[in-house]
Amino acid sequence: MRRYVIKRLAQAVGVLWAAYTVSFLVLDFLPGDPVTAMAGAGMDSGDVHPARLAALRHEYGFDKPILVQYADYLGRAVRGDFGDAVSTGRPVTSTLADALPQTLQLTGAALLLAVLLGGGLAVVATYTSLRWLRQLLLSLPPLGVSVPTFWVGLLLVEAFSFRLHWFPAFGNDGLRDLVLPALTLAIPTGALVAQVLAKSLLTALDQAYVETARAKGAGRWRVHVRHALRNASLPALTVVGLLVGQLVAGSVVVETVFSRDGLGRVTAAAVTVQDLPVVQGVVVFGALIFVATNLVVDLVYPLLDPRIVVASGGRASFA
Amino acid sequence: MTAFPDFRSPRWAALSALLTTGVLLTACGSGAGGSGDDSGKPTSGGTLTFAVGSDAGCVDPQQVGSNESIYSVRQIVDSLTDQDPETGKIVPWLAKSWDINSDATQFTFHLRPGVTFSDGSKLTSQVVKDNFDAVPQLGALGTLAQGYLSSVKSTVAVDPLTVKVTFKEPNAQFLQATSTHSLGIESSASVQKTPQQKCSDGVVGTGPFVLKQYVQNQSITLAKRTGYDWGSSLWTKKGEAYLDKLVFKVVPEPGVRAGSLQSGQVDAISSVGKANEAALKGGQVTLLRRANPGVVFGLGINNSRPVLKDVKVRQAILAAVDRKQIADTVFPTGTQPATSVLAHTTPDYTDLSADLAFDAAKAKSLLDDAGWKAGSDGIRAKGGKKLSLVISWFPNAATNQPALELVQQQLKAVGIDVTLKQNQVSQFATTLQGGDFDLVWGNVTRADPDILRSSFSSKLANFYRLPASSLDTALSGQAATTDTAKRKQLVDEAQKLIVQNAYNVPVVELQTQLAVTKRVHGLAFDSGSRIQLHDTWIG
Repeated sequence: MRRYVIKRLAQAVGVLWAAYTVSFLVLDFLPGDPVTAMAGAGMDSGDVHPARLAALRHEYGFDKPILVQYADYLGRAVRGDFGDAVSTGRPVTSTLADALPQTLQLTGAALLLAVLLGGGLAVVATYTSLRWLRQLLLSLPPLGVSVPTFWVGLLLVEAFSFRLHWFPAFGNDGLRDLVLPALTLAIPTGALVAQVLAKSLLTALDQAYVETARAKGAGRWRVHVRHALRNASLPALTVVGLLVGQLVAGSVVVETVFSRDGLGRVTAAAVTVQDLPVVQGVVVFGALIFVATNLVVDLVYPLLDPRIVVASGGRASFA
Repeated sequence: MTAFPDFRSPRWAALSALLTTGVLLTACGSGAGGSGDDSGKPTSGGTLTFAVGSDAGCVDPQQVGSNESIYSVRQIVDSLTDQDPETGKIVPWLAKSWDINSDATQFTFHLRPGVTFSDGSKLTSQVVKDNFDAVPQLGALGTLAQGYLSSVKSTVAVDPLTVKVTFKEPNAQFLQATSTHSLGIESSASVQKTPQQKCSDGVVGTGPFVLKQYVQNQSITLAKRTGYDWGSSLWTKKGEAYLDKLVFKVVPEPGVRAGSLQSGQVDAISSVGKANEAALKGGQVTLLRRANPGVVFGLGINNSRPVLKDVKVRQAILAAVDRKQIADTVFPTGTQPATSVLAHTTPDYTDLSADLAFDAAKAKSLLDDAGWKAGSDGIRAKGGKKLSLVISWFPNAATNQPALELVQQQLKAVGIDVTLKQNQVSQFATTLQGGDFDLVWGNVTRADPDILRSSFSSKLANFYRLPASSLDTALSGQAATTDTAKRKQLVDEAQKLIVQNAYNVPVVELQTQLAVTKRVHGLAFDSGSRIQLHDTWIG
């Protein structure tokens, strides 16, 4: 087990390094740099002085050879210093730290809603004996996955803010501001949970142990929830690892539609002005969350399902 | 990280317009200069909530270039002068008078006495000097202010209320520059901060409002400056502003801005595009519009390209563009087709609409004369080479792509093959500097005709690679005279030379469009088509 954890941690570091390097190269490949981006903002560049731009580029180190820039940035990144945002001059780490709570609030609420709604839908859809209801419920998740988050967000704002005046259309102070964005973000996520859980529930219900349980006289609901659901939730748990990535990516859109502060908005703004240090910080942070979640999910498996053991080869597998 | 949609694209705009077309009322108000009926007695007090589209990440007026940020931070500072949006005339503000020497190299400002900053410090000539001395150190965001002061030699505090600015070369535009937000006067303590501190913490000014709170990407809150008594001579109300508080909320999605206005969650919104006009056609909303002064949206020509060196080809492009069609199809209601290289709101603008009339037959005959003959596919060729041009453009406005697609069709109709090449917004400056373009789509906002010199003089950056010509003489001449009649005549000559030689293809004026609820009165555009909120009241 210890070897397994160490190996997984090493893998995680490798993933982080790769994320950092790839994003660095991609951003470097883009023409221009933050300095010209800022000078060109608003297209009012009638007074751009080439010499001034060159001086500024030198000041920020964007004129150094790419490998030197890479080594500089990586060296500092390893020590947790991602430099200062070019557009604001604030340290990247505090820029992200300020935005993080808002995004955590949003994604946390969305994840909770997604699991409740998606899980509930899967359980009801597989439990009901009404054929039409089952068909209807099972057709919802593919719809939820395929509608654009942006559009869902606008629909919800139109209905619940502009027409019914129940919730504000923008901002992030308090619970009322959280409802619509969290719901928007929860729809595609919950749909995915529902899809995976419904499928594995149906599979589980075909298993022999279900029949055994029934034969022993367990009630239908009890069989469904206590026996089948417990087994069926493992694949859904795997999906949660992936969902975290989806939620963070979705927050870019949702935070923009609902004018919320957070990592998504920071990312969108940084990409637009090619603020390299901020983008790098976001990428590494995103990778960190993703890697950590998946690591935790992997380590939790054996606790949930005793059939899973960690092999000495370092992979969790069915014994 | 997945790609995120470009919310400024017409597709999203149309979608959001569709979704927010809610209220079915028929009346629609739209005022030209300011928010409409100022009948009724103005009342003091209240809060104005204004939704803007973006946050530049900076609350220092000397460093912001985006209108969305200028709307708020402009209210914090006063300028030495103000500019009448109707006449373009420069009038007193913090400076009660000024003298300019005959070749426009020396500007002496006499400051109004008794002006204080919101931190209690006094406005003196030394403070003005500190401001101007610090401008060159502003960094990447300060390019506007730096441009105005680029050839400055010295700023001297002659006596406590007299400050003299001397330039190495004639610089007539400087007087207008002192009226802009970019040269708004900040306290000595603010000026001593680093540009980045000024951006994130804000600055102390003498303006009618004081910065109370800035939450990045969320809001900018301003409060009335009590005891304010040195407003611009253009303002109607004397003394303090009417409003107690201004709250600027950052709402990036245009459909959400429009819906928030309709549903009364905000009092005013910025950047109203054509797609959102329908949603706002209600009895409770007034649309405010004004053309931005400066160089209009159009095609900047790389005059050093062999094909484009031929004046007949350039003139053919000029004649082949149907400006009215583009303005009416793509741009917000009220947008004017270009009638000069300058927008009609620019001081010393000359109406050259006759030279900019759409005339496909003329375009064709010009191309025939130049030896470009139509081929079987309709595209002209000369010596086996097709008449193909590339228009480089940048996705910084939702209107760019549809406007250029129309230009592409219009040029094709006279036998010119056009490819549209989209670049990153950040590449704009590099593209111009490097000269690797045939035609480039853009505009420059500036309420002084000297913008023609920055853009088209072969003696400066000369991004459009113009040959040295009598145009240079006219452009240098207008920069070196304080005689308004003479300057007007030289600017008039420069516009004619640019249009008649087709050094640039003017297409449409950029129009700023805001929307306010009927409760909002006295919200007026300034000469740069931004806003002053001192005279604004809610009733």
